[in-house]
Amino acid sequence: MNWYAIKAIYLSELHRSWRTPLQSIASPVLSTSLYFIVFGSAIGSAMTSIGGVSYGAFIIPGLIMLMVLTETTSNASFGIYMPKWSGAIYEVLSAPVSAFEIVVGYVGAAATKSIILAMLILLTARLFVDYSILHPLWMMLFLVLTCITFSMLGFILGVVADGFEKLQVIPLMVVTPLAFLGGTFYSISMLPEFWQKVTLFNPVVYLVSGFRWSFYGTADVSLTFSLVMISTFLLIFLLFIWWIFKTGYKVKV
Amino acid sequence: MEDHIIDVRNLSKQYPSGFQALKQVNLQIKRGEIFALLGPNGAGKTTLISIICGLVNVGEGEVLVGGYDVVKQYRQARQQIGLVPQELAIDVFAFVWNTMVFSRGVFGKPRDDAYLEEILKALSLWDKRHAKIQFLSGGMKRRVLIAKALAHEPEILFLDEPTAGVDVELRRDMWRLVEKLRQRGTTIILTTHYIEEAEEIADRIGIINNGEILLVDNKRDLMKKLGRKQLILQLQQPISQLPKELQKFVFDIDEDGKKLTYDYDDNQSNNNVTEVLAAIHRSGIELSDVQTKQSTLEQIFVGLLEESK
Ligand SMILES: Nc1ncnc2c1ncn2[C@@H]1O[C@H](COP(=O)(O)OP(=O)(O)OP(=O)(O)O)[C@@H](O)[C@H]1O
Ligand SMILES: [Mg+2]
Repeated sequence: MNWYAIKAIYLSELHRSWRTPLQSIASPVLSTSLYFIVFGSAIGSAMTSIGGVSYGAFIIPGLIMLMVLTETTSNASFGIYMPKWSGAIYEVLSAPVSAFEIVVGYVGAAATKSIILAMLILLTARLFVDYSILHPLWMMLFLVLTCITFSMLGFILGVVADGFEKLQVIPLMVVTPLAFLGGTFYSISMLPEFWQKVTLFNPVVYLVSGFRWSFYGTADVSLTFSLVMISTFLLIFLLFIWWIFKTGYKVKV
Repeated sequence: MEDHIIDVRNLSKQYPSGFQALKQVNLQIKRGEIFALLGPNGAGKTTLISIICGLVNVGEGEVLVGGYDVVKQYRQARQQIGLVPQELAIDVFAFVWNTMVFSRGVFGKPRDDAYLEEILKALSLWDKRHAKIQFLSGGMKRRVLIAKALAHEPEILFLDEPTAGVDVELRRDMWRLVEKLRQRGTTIILTTHYIEEAEEIADRIGIINNGEILLVDNKRDLMKKLGRKQLILQLQQPISQLPKELQKFVFDIDEDGKKLTYDYDDNQSNNNVTEVLAAIHRSGIELSDVQTKQSTLEQIFVGLLEESK
């Protein structure tokens, strides 16, 4: 293992985020705060509680997921797309590093950044809403798994995309809608029966449900199923990355 | 056996577009030498370098670096190489110092600030270490690329057109650095269009065109072997026509009839300068000056390319 290389990639990627603190930290924290104010405090005060949890507290896990999914995907994709675009990627590609080490460096950094972001949002939420975390260890496990999984998705996007537009399409047109419809603002039991069935095809439902369970002990789907689903995504993305490097797809000719 | 630090054997490369960029290339680079790869645009220089450095997949054939296969033993092979790419490909939002630390780390070396300082100083970049690369001039950016390539103390340095868009001073600095590196035993391979450059600093020269290595030789031997010479005669009195004693030789008379030029091959058996001079003596032409000129690599190069067409 080339540990120095992993460290170099990891640190320089984290560094890249510090260079733009407004964009990478302040703006997602601010926009989540707006959700808390509007949905949590303003609208939430007029809503009945869901499963014994006040509406303001109910939406916290979902909102964190929403922000983590979109931010992680786009941040991780930029991390690899930018050097590809500028040509600076030549250095990593000519270095004595394995594909695995490259992925650990880039994905690790993106995931770390997302975890930090999630923590900041969680702390900020405290200013607006009172909440409790029933299973903090499970909460961390879900968070870490989700951050890693979507960092990998971002990495894949960054490798495959051949233009800035394509880079933004997936986070904006796929991840955001799925996250919005994944039970962030409601329990899926509140939907008509038909839509409940449809919703089960939305992978984000399982992430939000499991994450919310770790806060309040209530879930839309079973905990095991949530874990199985997130592990499945992790595995799929991992295989895809492995395939990318194996075939050199869009990396080397 | 000679110590070949790079050994390219029967390397062919076809890009996915179907374009054949390299054809059965064989090339051996000796440890510690300065090797210049000369060739026109699109000859395949960058492709060859990219394959050796692991940026482009090997097509057919094999490439060994320090005895290690660049595919199967890529770690050992790549550790030895530093690459300065042709394009100014760099993260412009990074800072000079950080990018140096990154380069060293990604090549698997523990941090060594004293060494990085030494390189930055040698490239007159030390004052700029806290600068954002974005705000450096083009020449400075190129220096940063060189510094990055040297950050892990490579044994082999590739310079892909290092002097494109570089002013005289930086070029001189660069050659000084190359000389210093060579004294430390670093092998240097550079590509260039500027033949004087190869002539000035290389030990050996390889000429590549259309993906084929046309010739590899010691600089001096190359010039001797292929170098054409010219005999230039300045006349005291202008002539309008060659005297009959000289008519069996192919002379070039300039417009005012005061200069005769005669081309000959240095190593050919038809080297008959003596005969020419004797004939001139017989013709009674009076000379004011005699000069010989050796063709430059440039002329050799152009000659070779024309031949290969
Ligand atoms: N990725 C690619 N796909 C298809 N063809 C390519 C690719 N890269 C290079 N080529 C072609 O291969 C040939 C050799 O290119 P290369 O960059 O090796 O030339 P070069 O000798 O470095 O030229 P220059 O002096 O202009 O830098 C060119 O005709 C080029 O168009
Ligand atoms: Mg080139």
